[in-house]
Amino acid sequence: MSKPIERLYNGVIKENPTLVLMLGMCPTLAVTTSAINGVGMGLTTTVVLVMSNLLISMLRKVIPDKVRIPAFIVIIASFVTIVQLLLEAYIPSLYAALGIYIPLIVVNCIILGRAEAYASKNPVLPSIFDGLGMGLGFTLGLTLIGMIREILGAGAIFGFRFLPEGIDTLTIFILAPGAFFVLAVLTAVMNKVKQASGKASDPIQCSMEMCSGCMNTECRGRMEEIEKN
Amino acid sequence: MGKLLTIAIGSAFINNVVLSQFLGICPFLGVSKKVKTAAGMGSAVVFVITLASLVTSLIYKFLLVPFNITYLQTIVFILVIAALVQFVEMFLKKKMQGLYNALGVYLPLITTNCAVLGVALKNVQNSYNILESVVNGFAVSVGFLVAIVIMAGIREKIEYNNVPKAFKGTPIVLVTAGLMAIAFFGFSGLK
Repeated sequence: MSKPIERLYNGVIKENPTLVLMLGMCPTLAVTTSAINGVGMGLTTTVVLVMSNLLISMLRKVIPDKVRIPAFIVIIASFVTIVQLLLEAYIPSLYAALGIYIPLIVVNCIILGRAEAYASKNPVLPSIFDGLGMGLGFTLGLTLIGMIREILGAGAIFGFRFLPEGIDTLTIFILAPGAFFVLAVLTAVMNKVKQASGKASDPIQCSMEMCSGCMNTECRGRMEEIEKN
Repeated sequence: MGKLLTIAIGSAFINNVVLSQFLGICPFLGVSKKVKTAAGMGSAVVFVITLASLVTSLIYKFLLVPFNITYLQTIVFILVIAALVQFVEMFLKKKMQGLYNALGVYLPLITTNCAVLGVALKNVQNSYNILESVVNGFAVSVGFLVAIVIMAGIREKIEYNNVPKAFKGTPIVLVTAGLMAIAFFGFSGLK
């Protein structure tokens, strides 16, 4: 398998950020009130991810190791700002729907995680495809959750209502608790699949690892310290 | 005074940061195994968010607005928050050993917490003045503290329950969070 295709497969299926790695939970739960919002958020994140992976990979020999995390953050934050301004200008409806969660892409673990784990160590082309794969995997996860919530909560799919008027829908699924319930069932299904295939004996544990890849390199050590106590 | 109270109640309970805004889900799921660590994490978040609200709103008012560069807010805020957390950690280590021992381990984890950046951006979005920003920051983080401590209390009990195999770990915690979110809907009657 060629490198680009391998990276795409890795991002979308093998290490799907939403369904397998459970990364970027804030936007996953917050903006998936409808499928279209999920797609919008996913693609916005994909654009930032591809651009930041591209630039970080190009600069990987220039950025000194000691200040790499702040440098990555500045690069990511710049792209987020650019994307935010573009959305505000050209797709105002999506900009309004996603609101504060657009600038919060900066703190999305997936982006800094990929910069640190892949783009800062690999050539430009594979890094672009790595970003693309992870971004599309994230989009897939968000769209799936958004679709489930929209079907159950509004009786619609991508904005088209298929239930006749007058039939009540389970509104709770487009409210906050619904997000938790849908994700709970999805992760339970993932657990079941893993158990059935015998790949992992222990179910997905919510570990601090999912946060510690980010921002602060000391995190992981600190987390182990906390876990021990 | 009335407005401050409205902001405080609204941010702490009605629009709870974790259960209705989904900010800071990571530590909420990750550090809520025991009440003691949850309380430590929560207190550190209260400390950092209140301080960050003050600093970011000062920077916004006296630096970004006069120079007409408010579009840089995301970049400036995230760098300020990251630097602030490091600085607070150094300061506590040097000057306040007691507080450092209680909160120190949690501090670096907080930079990753999207709630900190979220609150700073919300303060700007709602055009709060400096006092209102600090009150809002404090209230939001108290909301986080309440939610994470309740969650840890429930999880300590769940340990002894017979959870279906597929739901062990993250799924049951998410179900619990969903039920808590329903309970917090009760607060919307306070409006």
